[in-house]
Amino acid sequence: MTVELGHYALILALALAFVQMTVPLWGSLARDPALMRVGRMAAWASFGFVAFSYMALTMAYVNSDFSVLNVVMNSHSAKPLIYKISGVWSNHEGSMMLWVLILVLFAALVAWRGGGMPERLLASVLSVQGAIAFAFILFVVVTSNPFERVFPIPVEGQGLNPVLQDPGLAIHPPLLYLGYVGFSIAYSFAVGALIHGRIDAVFARFVRPWTLLAWLFLTLGISMGSYWAYYELGWGGWWFWDPVENASLMPWLMGTALVHCTVVMEKRDALKVWTILLAILTFSLSLLGAFIVRSGVLTSVHSFASDPTRGVFILGILTFFVGGGLALFAWRAPLLRQGGLFAAVSREGALIVNNLFLAATCAAVLIGTLYPLALEAISGAAISVGAPFFNATAVPLFVMLLAFLPIGQTLAWKRGNLLGAAQRMMVALGISILVSLVMLSMVHGGPVAAPLGVGLGAWLILGSVSEIVSRSWRRGATLRIFVVRAFGLPRAAWGAALAHAGIGVTVIGVAATGWGVENLGVLKPGERIEIGAYSLVLEKSFVRNGQGFREDVARFSVMENGEFAGTVETGKRVHAGRDMPTTEAGILTLGLGQVYASVNDFHADGSVSLKAYWKPLVLLIWLGSVLMAAGGGLALIDRRSRIGIVVRSKAAALLAGRPA
Amino acid sequence: MKRVIGVCLILFLGFSGAALAVQPDEVLADKALEARARALSTELRCLVCQNQSIDDSNAPLARDLRMIVREKLVAGESEDAILAFLVARYGEFVLLKPRFTMATALLWLGPFLVLLAGGIGIVLLARRRRVAENSAPLSADEQARLEALTRQGD
Repeated sequence: MTVELGHYALILALALAFVQMTVPLWGSLARDPALMRVGRMAAWASFGFVAFSYMALTMAYVNSDFSVLNVVMNSHSAKPLIYKISGVWSNHEGSMMLWVLILVLFAALVAWRGGGMPERLLASVLSVQGAIAFAFILFVVVTSNPFERVFPIPVEGQGLNPVLQDPGLAIHPPLLYLGYVGFSIAYSFAVGALIHGRIDAVFARFVRPWTLLAWLFLTLGISMGSYWAYYELGWGGWWFWDPVENASLMPWLMGTALVHCTVVMEKRDALKVWTILLAILTFSLSLLGAFIVRSGVLTSVHSFASDPTRGVFILGILTFFVGGGLALFAWRAPLLRQGGLFAAVSREGALIVNNLFLAATCAAVLIGTLYPLALEAISGAAISVGAPFFNATAVPLFVMLLAFLPIGQTLAWKRGNLLGAAQRMMVALGISILVSLVMLSMVHGGPVAAPLGVGLGAWLILGSVSEIVSRSWRRGATLRIFVVRAFGLPRAAWGAALAHAGIGVTVIGVAATGWGVENLGVLKPGERIEIGAYSLVLEKSFVRNGQGFREDVARFSVMENGEFAGTVETGKRVHAGRDMPTTEAGILTLGLGQVYASVNDFHADGSVSLKAYWKPLVLLIWLGSVLMAAGGGLALIDRRSRIGIVVRSKAAALLAGRPA
Repeated sequence: MKRVIGVCLILFLGFSGAALAVQPDEVLADKALEARARALSTELRCLVCQNQSIDDSNAPLARDLRMIVREKLVAGESEDAILAFLVARYGEFVLLKPRFTMATALLWLGPFLVLLAGGIGIVLLARRRRVAENSAPLSADEQARLEALTRQGD
């Protein structure tokens, strides 16, 4: 019964989304406040109904209601509770429900926090958001109904794919979707603004926090996905240039450009047209990502739904919103008045260069991802575009951007002084070059790129430190004044410095992979395998029975220069009802590096074949991304970007004006 | 639907089962040669896998290809010769890094064309705006006042 109610609630949400799409827009064009107010109510109500519907599906999973086809296919009564809850989005239908839930959640948040926004802008933003929600709810209802019943009712479900029975599943998709879908707000703002032909710093002030929020979730989502793949897949890689990874990287690159652009627009009222275009492009790439993943058009390990009708439907959504957005842009953008002037050498100029390189990097990823498909369609020739291509195109473009970043971040607004900036950064640059040279001379072996990469990372970190110092330090000032000034800097300045240092940290982690050591061998108990300064000694192999699986485990002692440093266990797991075993990698974290062991085979004579890696500084890769997201968070709580402050001050004024 | 699930299972399990690629018995004694073999392997696609190089893949075909690469390296063949041999046998599809040809020109040049076009576009727009602004240089009087003001600001 709950299941039918959930289905019904979803259909009601569809109808409400239609109301939200049409009425407020009409109201904003007719300047009718009553009609415009409908938008906010519809957004709240449709969030309520989708949330109910989602809960109903989750309850079906929690209670193992095997009369629901979706639950039968993806769940099992013996599954731990967390995987029953996260199992909802482990499959196509459920993950689209999560997508829709986040979509209407964002609309409701905008309706809630948007009280201070110009009324007509808010109404049209909610309309556009309603249109997106309508399209996706329709998609779920028509092609991907998760509430379908099955008869006769099976006694037991087929279970969740073991690879997905991992905390990674609980974390990665929701974060990623918050990012993807969060950019829909930027899109709605852009289209709403285009409809009214009015875009100013107020607009930027409202769109910036949403963009930052989406960006920081996407950053975390990609990074958590990467760590998940690293420990789960068991071959030690953390980024594969897989089409689905690329699909998430593209909106991240454009979203990064957008985050920077909204700063320019807010502070200087410049680059408006470009910001609007970026907002449209960023969400378009999110939609493209959804299309790539959901249609399975680029065969990839992630596409668990290779169904042409769904692909065509999403392609339709994609075409409508991308095409519509761009057409509206072409029609209305010439009306937008350009604001704030600036010299070529200035913070604005630097951010244009930033955007240019981010766009080129994104183009490399986009072209590389879609080219094989396009070429095959046109000429029938089959080619492969893999990691070596992206390493030769996207990576150098991104590295060029990073090399330029510390200089750009210290340039003044409007008119900068390149020489002055260079002087401020002299110390940072000097130390970074020194670091590279020392590494180059000290560390033997490994690619030359590794010390250079570490130098680049140091340059980014020191550049950020330098930026904070040079903004707080005055000649002759005491240390106390310096500290007070440093903490008095806007949170956004700290946020930017932290995020930029974060990418530096990631770069060092990536560069250090060049010094990784790997070795493989067949070991009998007591035998050892060397990886750099470490060695793994096979203690024993044994069988372990866990919840729903049986695992052959090999336990190793890790020795560091002959001394015991810990143990790792790696195994082959066979899950109930599955034939093929999965590999469980064993990881021992030592400082910022990791010993990574992955078993291949257990032989009859008790020996074990194993691949072992020493990965120096590997944790920095993900630590850096957490710093980046934290930087985004700091910028978000900056007084400037707080949404709703207008509401509060208005309320305060009202209270103050009222006689006590 | 059953078939879809079946395909998914193969995809996922093929994927997770592929933990180890290069086997201990494949490794060449000559370290320099082995390093070259590994480097070359990362550029070759495992033809029956999704997006995996033969270096990463556990599939029997990938193993065969790794053996071929090593045999030919031991026989003294160059990387280019080995690639040419594999392309002749399996087509361009085997290369993860497509060769630069007429068909792939846009692939290789595209990103840099975007960079170039963007750069030119920015310069042109900036120039057009400067002309549009038509800002006359400051007169001596204004210049003096400006300097006085900036000095005050310090």
